Amino acid sequence: MKKYIKGFYDYRFLLSELVKRGIRLKYRRSYLGIVWSLIEPLMTTAVLVVVFGALFDRANDPTFATYIMAGRLVYTFFQNGTKGASKAIRGNAGMIKKIYVPKYLYPLSNVLFNFIIFLISLIVLVPVLIISRLTPSLRLWKLIPGIILLLILTIGVGMILSVLDVFFRDIEYLWNVLLMIIMYLSAIFYPIERIKKHHLMWLLHLNPLYCIINLFRGGLMKYGNPLWEYAYPFVFGVICFIVGFIAMKKKQDEFILHL
Amino acid sequence: MKPSVEVSHLGMMFNLSKEMHDTLKDYFINLFKHHEKMKKDEFWALSDVSFKLYPGDRLGILGLNGAGKSTILKAIAGVYHPTTGSIHKRGKLAPLLELGAGFEPQYSARENIYLYGSILGYSKEFIESKFDEIIEFAELQKFVEVPVKNYSSGMKSRLGFAICTAVNPDILILDEVLSVGDKKFRRKSEDKIMSMLNGEVTVLFVSHSLEQVRRICNKAMILDHGKLKCFGDINEIAPIYAEMTQEDPEEIKKREAKAKANREKKLREARKTKAHDIINMTNNLDISVEDAMAAIDIPEDKYKTYYKVIDEIEKEEGILTKQDALKAAAAEEAEFDRAATFPNDEDRAESDDDDFDS
Repeated sequence: MKKYIKGFYDYRFLLSELVKRGIRLKYRRSYLGIVWSLIEPLMTTAVLVVVFGALFDRANDPTFATYIMAGRLVYTFFQNGTKGASKAIRGNAGMIKKIYVPKYLYPLSNVLFNFIIFLISLIVLVPVLIISRLTPSLRLWKLIPGIILLLILTIGVGMILSVLDVFFRDIEYLWNVLLMIIMYLSAIFYPIERIKKHHLMWLLHLNPLYCIINLFRGGLMKYGNPLWEYAYPFVFGVICFIVGFIAMKKKQDEFILHL
Repeated sequence: MKPSVEVSHLGMMFNLSKEMHDTLKDYFINLFKHHEKMKKDEFWALSDVSFKLYPGDRLGILGLNGAGKSTILKAIAGVYHPTTGSIHKRGKLAPLLELGAGFEPQYSARENIYLYGSILGYSKEFIESKFDEIIEFAELQKFVEVPVKNYSSGMKSRLGFAICTAVNPDILILDEVLSVGDKKFRRKSEDKIMSMLNGEVTVLFVSHSLEQVRRICNKAMILDHGKLKCFGDINEIAPIYAEMTQEDPEEIKKREAKAKANREKKLREARKTKAHDIINMTNNLDISVEDAMAAIDIPEDKYKTYYKVIDEIEKEEGILTKQDALKAAAAEEAEFDRAATFPNDEDRAESDDDDFDS
């Protein structure tokens, strides 16, 4: 374990360069650059609020904007992070063929650069809270475990996907489908009360991302969360994390044969 | 002194059939295939290769195509993980493999130098201090901010070479890199490599050119189908390799003789067809053999050859040119006349004697 932490320390410059590359390339050749990480969630949330506010009779509820924004920010990071990570090994084939570096750095850097963009985009919560006429309370601390749990989960899932994708290109397409299912099971743009009594509600509780989104909402909209909403995504995320790193360690020497 | 590179019982196996499935479908199909067949597709690019190199050793790796030269370099660079055996390295490694590859196409040269440098394990301060030197060596001063995707392959290779050689490594891995760019740059890069050989650095060099290996290396080894054939001083190994790549003189003679025979056969056939033409022309158009030959553009000095060929055809196939037929008839007549004058040979001899006497 000590060896790995030392190895990680040795490669911090490479990791920072890879993260920098991700951010730079994402907004290269756009006039507004990184400002898009703020404008884009604001605009898409506005659309969702208008459409689903009308559809679900929430047009008069000012907190609906916060509700949607919390779900959208969390889900978008999870989506971009895992998608990016799943392609990371293949995308860096040129480097992998040249010299040995621990392969986990590639998916990890992909998740991390999306994480930085996610952290920046959290700024948009300020105007959204103002629109929703919500004042920050002490419950805001829940965002911190929420963010940490989200990062662990995304790294873990991203790592597993990146290993699988080297051997099976199908993962890319399969994951797109799964992401859509996860999106609908995260209650991003529909009010949860509408399906609370539905017999498939348990499916939502099986989704760790839904629990994390709920933590965000609890923190912003000042309501309490049961303990299992912390515990379940934690256990799920840590298992994914461990499985991802073990799979990476065991399989990384074979990657070169499939690139 | 501790060895800088220690390779023991290195084996590299590639499973040709296993590497083929890229999709889930292929994977399941392969699951049901017989295990026997899978075994057959095992390919050992290297097997049981062991050697030690000490600081200052400059090893030339020789061998024919497919002998496993590049595989061994990649295994030492850490790109391939050994299937069996082990590799130990001591010191900083500079791998000059696939020079033009591994760049981020959308990045400028400046950004790529930092990224590439970080992959090679350089520190930020080190890259900053060497930046100008790298650009100058790669001759890309005007293109520092241009995205690498707009570079020519030569420019990319030059940049790769310059970044990789910015350090003073302990182990230098060269895979035919000295064939990068134009002649001027090639000379420059070879000078650069030579300047890095300060007596302490260990070099592994793959090349097809024995002459280049002799110039750079003091040790050599020959790989043959993944096996280490011999390892030792360059002066011992070079003649073996020269012999290996040279063809057997007997073989060359045989091949040349065969080619010559073939050429002659073809020429003879061509002459025969022409000779037939000549015969036909003389018979049908009632012209002399010379005229016929002149008509189909046969040079005068070849006339004799063609007469011979025509004679051969006449003998073999019983066809006669008109002229020869006339000549033959005339000869027969003359013979007949002579026979009338001299009823037998003895008489003729006598008469000859008589003539002499009188």
